[in-house]
Amino acid sequence: MGKRKPEERIEDFKEVDTGFSAQDAVLESLRCMDCVKPQCIKGCPVNIDIPGFIMAISKEDFRKAADIIKADNMLPAICGRVCPQEDQCEGTCVLGIKGKPVRIGALERFVADWERENGLLRPEVKDKTGKRVAVVGSGPAGITAAAELAKEGHSVTIFESLHKAGGVLTYGIPSFRLPKDIVKTEIDQVLKLGAELKLNHIVGRSVPVEELLSYNAVFLGTGAGLPSFMGIEGENLNGVYSANEFLTRVNLMHADSFPEYDTPVLKKGRVVVVGGGNVAMDSARVAKRMGSEVTLIYRRRKEDLPAREAEIENAIEEGIEFICCANPVRILGEGSVIGVECVRMEMCEADADGRPCPVPMKGEDALFTIDADVVIEAIGQSPNPLLISLIENLERGKRGNVITDDETGLTSIENVYAAGDVATGAATVIEAMGAAKRTARAINEKFKD
Amino acid sequence: MAYKIEKAEEIAENIFELWIKAPHVARNAKAGQFLVIRINDKGERIPLTVSGVDGDLVRIVFMKVGKTTMFLSTLGVGDFIEDVAGPLGHPSEIKKWGRCVVIGGGVGIACLPILAKALRDSGNEVTGIIGARNESLILLKDELSSFCDEFVVCTDDGSCGYHGFPVDILKKKLEEGSVDCVWIIGPAIMMKITSLATIPYNVKTFVSLNPIMVDGTGMCGSCRVTIDGETKFACVDGPEFEASLVDWDELMTRQKVYTEEELKSRELFEDHTCECGGH
Ligand SMILES: Cc1cc2nc3c(=O)[nH]c(=O)nc-3n(C[C@H](O)[C@H](O)[C@H](O)COP(=O)(O)OP(=O)(O)OC[C@H]3O[C@@H](n4cnc5c(N)ncnc54)[C@H](O)[C@@H]3O)c2cc1C
Ligand SMILES: Cc1cc2nc3c(=O)[nH]c(=O)nc-3n(C[C@H](O)[C@H](O)[C@H](O)COP(=O)(O)OP(=O)(O)OC[C@H]3O[C@@H](n4cnc5c(N)ncnc54)[C@H](O)[C@@H]3O)c2cc1C
Ligand code: FES
Repeated sequence: MGKRKPEERIEDFKEVDTGFSAQDAVLESLRCMDCVKPQCIKGCPVNIDIPGFIMAISKEDFRKAADIIKADNMLPAICGRVCPQEDQCEGTCVLGIKGKPVRIGALERFVADWERENGLLRPEVKDKTGKRVAVVGSGPAGITAAAELAKEGHSVTIFESLHKAGGVLTYGIPSFRLPKDIVKTEIDQVLKLGAELKLNHIVGRSVPVEELLSYNAVFLGTGAGLPSFMGIEGENLNGVYSANEFLTRVNLMHADSFPEYDTPVLKKGRVVVVGGGNVAMDSARVAKRMGSEVTLIYRRRKEDLPAREAEIENAIEEGIEFICCANPVRILGEGSVIGVECVRMEMCEADADGRPCPVPMKGEDALFTIDADVVIEAIGQSPNPLLISLIENLERGKRGNVITDDETGLTSIENVYAAGDVATGAATVIEAMGAAKRTARAINEKFKD
Repeated sequence: MAYKIEKAEEIAENIFELWIKAPHVARNAKAGQFLVIRINDKGERIPLTVSGVDGDLVRIVFMKVGKTTMFLSTLGVGDFIEDVAGPLGHPSEIKKWGRCVVIGGGVGIACLPILAKALRDSGNEVTGIIGARNESLILLKDELSSFCDEFVVCTDDGSCGYHGFPVDILKKKLEEGSVDCVWIIGPAIMMKITSLATIPYNVKTFVSLNPIMVDGTGMCGSCRVTIDGETKFACVDGPEFEASLVDWDELMTRQKVYTEEELKSRELFEDHTCECGGH
């Protein structure tokens, strides 16, 4: 799979990866050993029959390959692009022990794109059951659940508070990683199954909780959209953004095209991004594309960066400067940001998760300052309490996540289910999709009783 | 799904009211809440207070200050607004306070009728005080006064009612000891100055903060304000807060983040003569 040249791609928001041609895909598929005990399947959070679909590619039966993937993954065009494959299927591929693993993600993407270009088949929809289900949120969890429930013939209404569906896929992940027409196609597929989408509906406000609970079942897929701030001095200066705000202004509101689009965003000289995950990489690369000089500050070591490997590599190629083992202690400026004071960090004994713990170094030398006009904090998100705090007796964990049964997604309230980031805290698209699918099945079973 | 404008009128100089059909907002909105609109696909999301409700219709009242509000003022009956989301924010704390004073400055006056009515319905005695630069900027006078037991109009130039500021009238009432609770809604500087008057009397005073917002649902943090030293998101934690706890200077600084961009947007719109909204 090819990639566009860094100097070319930082000039626009078009997709960086160019994808496999059919010929490349078939060639790559021939590398798969079709292992007797496929490790890749175990690495996949939804256990797609990976050798199965790869064998179909090798026989040039792309339709069959698509059907095999779709049996377990509703959103292959998306997952093929954004899954952290190195930690999942490709990380467990036996070819990876000595050489390069099969490029499963790229193959998945190829199949999904092929299917989109050659006509998606509409799955069968069963007769109306008369059961009404409310799906709250239209991110990967919500759209997956809606599809699974609509196929069974239930009347599904998806409520979305924003003016566009897709959740993080729409407002968070930039189009150079995930083109928006792909997200739209996936959502349109779900709507074709008969699910109704109500945009601009904030459940808990536009739809009171009593009304919500009057549905036969409720699926909460409200995500983890509440941005965390570091809580340091200077955080409310002009020019300090949460990654969510910065990315929303650009991805959802198209502030990169201001003044053609009305929403502004500061496009000033020096941007400092704080954090090391996908959200930080996306913020840095978006800022770069708007002409800024970008420095990313991460408190652990480079090898600890939690973002997808490919995106770290892309960010480096695009000229993002990384300062690892450092953490901001103060944002400087009066009215507007002029710089960030940071402290160097050293790594100590591993913490409970086995990750080494960063601690600030002592002494004057440990502090340094960098100039900045804009600071973007990408240090984490938690579930937005807006709705879930209004539902009486809905049990929540310490980090604000809704507590659910692992298998069924059932919450502490009868007929109320939850899956995706709202249940797990910020995680991944594939996990949200997988959990939503399991939960939808549990709801379908429940309705049979 | 777009939302139809059912009534439209210029109700004071550069101040307009629109009644929009948006049942999901109208049926659930209470005093103190706002909605977010986006006029079309290229538009910005802007927050506006719910200033009235009639069946499935919801009223917004806005002043022409920049690109979006200028564009909005060109729309009329039968036109559509692409997105209307809401109601958002916490409703005002309506209960039996006793003797309430509601004060509006400029377009902030638009927030008062629904509030005064709610307070009245909960058994409060309501005094309405409104202030504007001159008579041509006074709005909703008759409607508001119908929900007030006492009603005073103030103008800076004396062209209508009392010659002076609402804070003068408020101070008098505070001295008389006849105030249990106060709402002040208007430009930040007016809320700051007016609310200073109530501090010595220790009277509960609410203000409705208007920082720059994007989603209005707690997802971005654009609307952060400092209340009693703590960061809050005005869209979900507010928009009404206890006046004495607000960091006013920070709010006013943050409102100016995009001054340059706003000017550019406005100039482009004003230079543009067709009906596409400058796009
Ligand atoms: C910038 C960024 C980059 C990422 N990159 C990757 C990646 O490369 N790979 C990967 O696997 N994962 C990535 N993730 C994580 C992934 O996007 C999430 O794990 C996933 O989107 C979670 O899906 P969800 O459906 O649970 O929630 P979300 O996608 O957050 O969707 C929730 C939806 O619910 C709506 N909502 C919330 N409250 C209400 C309410 N009260 N009423 C109505 N609607 C409501 C929200 O508006 C939103 O649209 C990234 C996340 C971000 C922010
Ligand atoms: C909760 C709340 C309720 C409000 N209610 C009303 C109302 O009932 N009537 C009314 O006339 N105005 C109200 N406002 C202010 C209104 O949102 C702004 O006047 C409007 O956004 C200006 O947009 P513009 O493009 O016309 O002007 P611009 O030129 O873009 O901006 C003019 C000024 O408006 C403010 N502003 C700009 N963009 C935003 C934004 N996205 N969010 C908030 N403020 C912004 C800024 O301080 C700016 O300096 C309210 C604001 C808030 C936060
Ligand atoms: S406007 Fe985005 S969090 Fe308040």
